[in-house]
Amino acid sequence: MIALRHKTAQSAFIICFMVFLPAYASGESAPSGIHWAFVKPQRPSTPPISNTKWPCNDIDRFVLKQIEDSSLQPSVETGARTLIRRLHFDLTGLPPTPADISAFENDSKADLDSALEKLVDRLLSSPHFGEKWARWWMDLAHYGDSDGYLTDQLRPVAWRWRQWVVEAFNRNLPFDRFTIEQLAGDLLPGATTQQRIATGFLRNTLSNREGGADLEEFRVLQVKDRTSTLGTVWLGLTLQCAECHDHKHDPFPQEEFYRLYAFFNNADELNINAPLPGESGKSAPAKIAYDRKRHELLEPVSDRLEALQKRWEAKLLDTENNPGRDHHWDRELELLGLIWGGNLGEGQLEGLNILSKPWTQRTPIESARLQDYFLRKGSRIDEKKFKELRIDELVEQLGELETNLPPITRAPTIVKHHVYRPTHLHTRGNFRRPGKEMQPATPGALHPLQSQGTPNRLALARWVISADNPLAARVVVNRLWQEIFGRALVITPDDFGIRGARPSHPGLLDWLATEFIRRDWDTKAMLRLMVTSATYRQSASLTPASLARDPDNVLLTRYTRQRLSAELVRDNALAVSGLLNRRIGGPSVRPPQPESVIKESFSGKWEVSEGPDRHRRGLYTFIQRSAPFAQSVTFDFPDNTRPCTRRIHSNTPLQALSLLNDPVFFEAAQALAARLLQEGSPSTHERLYRAFFLCLARAPLPSETARLEKYLAAQTDILRNAPEEANAMAGKPIEGLHPPVQAAWVGVASILLNLDEFVTKQ
Amino acid sequence: MEAMDEIHVQQTRRAFLERGTLGLGSIALGALLHGGEKPRNPIGGLEGFPHFAPKAKRVIYLHMVGGPAQMDLFDYKPVMQKWYDKDLPDSVRMGQRLTTMTSGQKRFPVAPSKYKFAQKGQCGMWMNDELLPNLHQCADDICWMRSLHTEAINHEPAIAAMQTGNQITGRPCLGSWASYGLGSMNEDLPAFVVMVATPSNREQEQAISSRLWSSGYLSGEHAGVPFRSKGDPILYINNPDGVPDAVRQRTIKGINEMNELTYQELGDPETFTRIRQYEMAARMQASMPELTDLSKEPEHTFKLYGEEARKPGSFANVVLMARRLAERNVRFIQVYHNNWDHHGNVNGRMPAQCKDVDRPCYALINDLKQRGMFEDTLIIWGGEFGRTIYSQGGLSKTNYGRDHHPRCFTMWMAGGGTKGGAIYGETDDFSYNIVKNPLHIRDFHATILHLLGYDHERFSVKYQGLDQRLTGVEKAKVVKELLA
Repeated sequence: MIALRHKTAQSAFIICFMVFLPAYASGESAPSGIHWAFVKPQRPSTPPISNTKWPCNDIDRFVLKQIEDSSLQPSVETGARTLIRRLHFDLTGLPPTPADISAFENDSKADLDSALEKLVDRLLSSPHFGEKWARWWMDLAHYGDSDGYLTDQLRPVAWRWRQWVVEAFNRNLPFDRFTIEQLAGDLLPGATTQQRIATGFLRNTLSNREGGADLEEFRVLQVKDRTSTLGTVWLGLTLQCAECHDHKHDPFPQEEFYRLYAFFNNADELNINAPLPGESGKSAPAKIAYDRKRHELLEPVSDRLEALQKRWEAKLLDTENNPGRDHHWDRELELLGLIWGGNLGEGQLEGLNILSKPWTQRTPIESARLQDYFLRKGSRIDEKKFKELRIDELVEQLGELETNLPPITRAPTIVKHHVYRPTHLHTRGNFRRPGKEMQPATPGALHPLQSQGTPNRLALARWVISADNPLAARVVVNRLWQEIFGRALVITPDDFGIRGARPSHPGLLDWLATEFIRRDWDTKAMLRLMVTSATYRQSASLTPASLARDPDNVLLTRYTRQRLSAELVRDNALAVSGLLNRRIGGPSVRPPQPESVIKESFSGKWEVSEGPDRHRRGLYTFIQRSAPFAQSVTFDFPDNTRPCTRRIHSNTPLQALSLLNDPVFFEAAQALAARLLQEGSPSTHERLYRAFFLCLARAPLPSETARLEKYLAAQTDILRNAPEEANAMAGKPIEGLHPPVQAAWVGVASILLNLDEFVTKQ
Repeated sequence: MEAMDEIHVQQTRRAFLERGTLGLGSIALGALLHGGEKPRNPIGGLEGFPHFAPKAKRVIYLHMVGGPAQMDLFDYKPVMQKWYDKDLPDSVRMGQRLTTMTSGQKRFPVAPSKYKFAQKGQCGMWMNDELLPNLHQCADDICWMRSLHTEAINHEPAIAAMQTGNQITGRPCLGSWASYGLGSMNEDLPAFVVMVATPSNREQEQAISSRLWSSGYLSGEHAGVPFRSKGDPILYINNPDGVPDAVRQRTIKGINEMNELTYQELGDPETFTRIRQYEMAARMQASMPELTDLSKEPEHTFKLYGEEARKPGSFANVVLMARRLAERNVRFIQVYHNNWDHHGNVNGRMPAQCKDVDRPCYALINDLKQRGMFEDTLIIWGGEFGRTIYSQGGLSKTNYGRDHHPRCFTMWMAGGGTKGGAIYGETDDFSYNIVKNPLHIRDFHATILHLLGYDHERFSVKYQGLDQRLTGVEKAKVVKELLA
C-alpha cells in the first residue's frame, strides 16, 4: 500500500492552493498567457522570513516562507545518528558503519555544521556515490541487459554504458556535458571512445527479434522511444502525446513530434570496441596476427568469394526494394535484421546498414563483419559454389583463429546514418501512412535552436541543455529534489505541461534551476545544497495533527520517511551482514533466484554467478526484461520499457515474505548473527547494542532490548527441542556455540532485517 | 546521550503525548491508512467504487496463448470446402497487413478446416464436432463472440493489448485494474492471482512472464501474484529450511512489536501498514497448505475435471485451483495456456490443445453452477488474435498451418452476468473480415468492466499527462447484447 503522502487528499490540495497560488498570481514567474514552465526561470530574490535563525542556506528561506505563511513551524533537527544514516543512503546508497557513526558524532560535538560539511564531502567523493546516482539515471534511461519483446535476447555489453554513468557521476561531469555526450557524444569534434560510449544512453530502447516482426516497424518504434525519452527526461514533457495527433493540451502540433523525431531518425546503432584498462595492450598485436592469418586463409579464393558475395548482396538489395516476389529471399533479408548480433547485444540493423553502403565506403571492420555473416549464412545464393569453395571449412578455420583473439570489451553506441534518411509525418502515428516530409527542428513553443544549415543531434543536445531552455534545469533539479526529499516540487516529474501539477514552491524551483546553471551544472554542488539545508535536517516524527493538516508534507515541515528502493533494500541487508561485495563496475551479475521465475523468460536460462558476485550491489543485477529479478519486482522495480521518473513505494505482504524467506535475506540474517557472535563482546546486551548500530545506526531503547532478550530466551528453548532445525537455521556452525543459541540469534538478526525502520530512510 | 539526540528524544516524547491514546487500535486511522493514490473503500478498493452493483464479483480469465484458430473451432465456414487450395481473393484480403512470416508467400491458398462441425445447444452454435465433446454441452451457458478484433499482429504486443488495452507493455492489466478499483474480498490471499498451465504438447510456446501481469503505473500491490504449481506456490511463501513454525510465528510477533515501537515514535502510517502486511503474510502462509492440498477434494471432483487434474501444472489442475481460489474470494484469477500458435501442423497439435481445455472448461462451468457461484463469477476464454484462412507453408487436405490474423477471432464468456447462448458477431465466408457487429477489444474491456460494476469512462488514473483508461483514448462501448 502506498503512503498517505501520495494521496491527493483534499486537505493537501487546499494547502497547495492557499500557499502558492497567491505567490504565483503576484507574478513571480508567470507572465500572463504563457504557461509558467515555458518561460525561462528568473532568479528570484530570497523571501523575507521571521525566524532568521533556522535557515542554513537559501533553500530554507523559500521553504520557511511558506511554512510561516501557513502559521506552522518546522520540525526540530533530527539526531546525528539519524542524519548520518539518511545521508549515507542518499549519497551512496549504503548504510554507515558503527565507526562512521562514532566518528561523525565526535566531530559534531565540536561543531555540527562543519562535521556535516566534512561528512558530505566524504560521501560525495566516495566511489559509491556514482553507483547510487547511476541507478537513479538508469531509471530514466530505462536500462536493461536484454532486448525486450518476446525473444528478449541478451545484451551482454549494455553494462559498458552503465559503467560510464557511474564514472561520470563520480568525476562530477557537469550535467550539460553529461547531457551532450549521451545524446550526441559521437558527433563531438574528435569524439573520444568515452564520449561515444556515453551515447549508449540511446541504446536502451527495445529490439524485437521475434520471427515475423517487421524490421522497419520496430526501428520506427525505437526512434519514437528516443524522441519521447528526450521529452520526458530533459523537458518534462509528454511529447509522445503528439505522435498520432496534435497534443491535446500542450502547444505541440503533431508535425513537431516528427521534426524532433527527424534528429533521431538519422541515428543508427553500432557497437564499438571499448577496451577497459589493460585490454588494448594484449589485443592490438593479436589482432594484427589475426588479420594476417585471415588474409592468408581467404586469399586463394578471394576473387571468387567477392564475386559470390556481391551476387548475394545484390539479391538482398533487390529483395529490399521489391519485397514479396520471393518468399525465401524475403526471409533471408529479414533474418539479416533479426539474427545479426543476437545475444551479443550488437545493433540489430548493423548488418543491413553495412549492406546498404557502397562496397568502397565500408571500413575494413565493416567489410570483415559482413563477410563473416555472408560466409556463415549466405549459402542460399549458390549452394553449389559454397560447396566448391569449401566455405564451411573456411568458416571453421576462421572460428579457430577467432578463439586466439583476446576478448575486448565492446560498447553499444549510436552513430549517424551514412546517408540522410528523410523523415515523413506518420499519419495518425502509422509509419505505413507517410505524410509530408519533415525537417529536423525543435518545438516552436520553446526557445529557438541556433544552427547554420540543417541542425543535427549535436545541435539538438546543445539546445536541450542550453541556459535558455526554460525546462531542462527545472526538470532535473526537480528530480534531484524528489530523490532526496521523497516528494518532488512538481509532483508530475514527467509532465511540466499545462495538465501537469503546479510547483508547490515556485520560487524555490526557479532558484534551484538558476543556481544549477550559475554553478555550471555542478550536480554534486546541488546535492550538497539540498542535504546541508535545515529543511533536510528536520526530524521525521509526525503527529496526528500534522498528518491531518498536511499528509503529503507539501510544506516540508518535517522530513518524509521513504522506503528504500528495491536495490537498496538488498544492498542494505548485504552491507550490514558483511556479505556485500563492494567491487565497483563490470558486467552484470546474476544472483540466485527461484527456478520458477527463471523459467518465465523466453530462454529459460539464468547462469547463476559464482562466489562473491552473488553479493554485488543491486545496480549490477542482470536485468532480463521479460523476467526481471524476482526480489526487485517485489520491491517495485519499475517497468523498463520507458523512462521511469518516479518509483512507486508499495508496501505488500509479498515484501514481508521476501524479507522473511528469500534465501538472500535469510543468508544475510545468518551472516549478521555470525558477525554479532564472533565480533566484539560476548554479552547479550552488548551484542544487541552492536546489532542496532549496524542495522539502524542507533542504540536500542531499553524496551527493545528487553523484548529481544525475552525473544532470544524463548527461541533458544524451542530450538533446543528441535536440534535438526536448529542446525539448519544456524547456518555455518560457530565453534564453541550451541546451535540453538546461534539459531536464536539468526532469529534476532531476521527481526532486525525485517523492521520497517530497516527498510526505510528516516 | 549527546545533545542533539537528547533534543530528538524530547521532541519525540512531545509528539507521542500529542498523539495521545491514538494507538494501533484506531479504526479511523486504519481506514485512513489503507494506502493508494486515491481514497480507499474498506476493502482496499477506491472510494465510490464500484459505480453500480456488479454482476461479476470474481473473474477467471483463461488466456489461450498463441491465438487459437477460430475457423477450426467456432467460426464455421462450410463454403471454404470448395475453395481448397484456391487463392484467397484480393477482394477479401484488401491488401491488409500480414506478418513477414507469410507476407513473402507467393500464394495464399485457402485451407478449409479439416474438422466436422455441428450445431449445439438450443442456441444452435456451430462448433467443432470432433475435439470439444464436453464443451458442447455448455453451448447454452456460453456467450459466444465471433467478431473480436485487434490492431496487433505479433504476440507480445497483441497479448499486451488484450490484457492492458495497449500494445506497449507496462500498462496495468485487467486484473490490476480490478484489484485497484474494487479491492480485495478476502483477508488471507492476494486479490489478483496468476497461474501458468503447462500444455501437454509443447511444440511452440510463447514466453509468458511477469511483464504481462505487472501493475504498470499502479502501485505494486495490484500486480498479479504468480501462483506456481512447482516450488513455492507463492514466491517465498515457505519458511527457509530449518525454521520451525513456532520460531517463525514468534519472529513475526517480534517484528511487529518492534514496528509498533517505531510507529509510536514516528507516527508514520506506512509503519502501521507494514504491520498489517506482516499479519497478512502470516495468514497467507497459514492458509497455503489447506489451499494447495487437493487430496481433500472428493473423488467426484476428479471425475468432473478428469484425472489430469491431479497432475500439478496441467490445465485441468490449474483450473481446479482457480475454482478453489474463486471459492476463497480471490477477485481475479488469470490463467495462461500455451502452444496455440499453429503456424504449422494444425492437425498434429489441435487435438492435444483441445483435449487439455475441453473437459476442464466444462467442469469449471458446472462446478461453479453446483456451488452457486456461476452467477457471480465471470469466465473468459480466448487468445490474443485469430488465425488466417490461408495456409502458411505446406497445405494438404488433412494438414496445414495458419498465420496470425488480428481482423477477426472468436472468444467466449460464461457466467458473471453474461448472456448464455448469445451468439454475437459474424465474419465473411473466409473468416477474414467482420461483416456484422464488430467487437473491438476496447468494447470487450468496457463490457467486462461493466460486469464488474464500473463505468469504464469514469475509471482512470493520471499518468504521463493523460487520464489513462483500460479502454484507452478512443470511444469504447458496453455491448448490451452480451449481458444477461
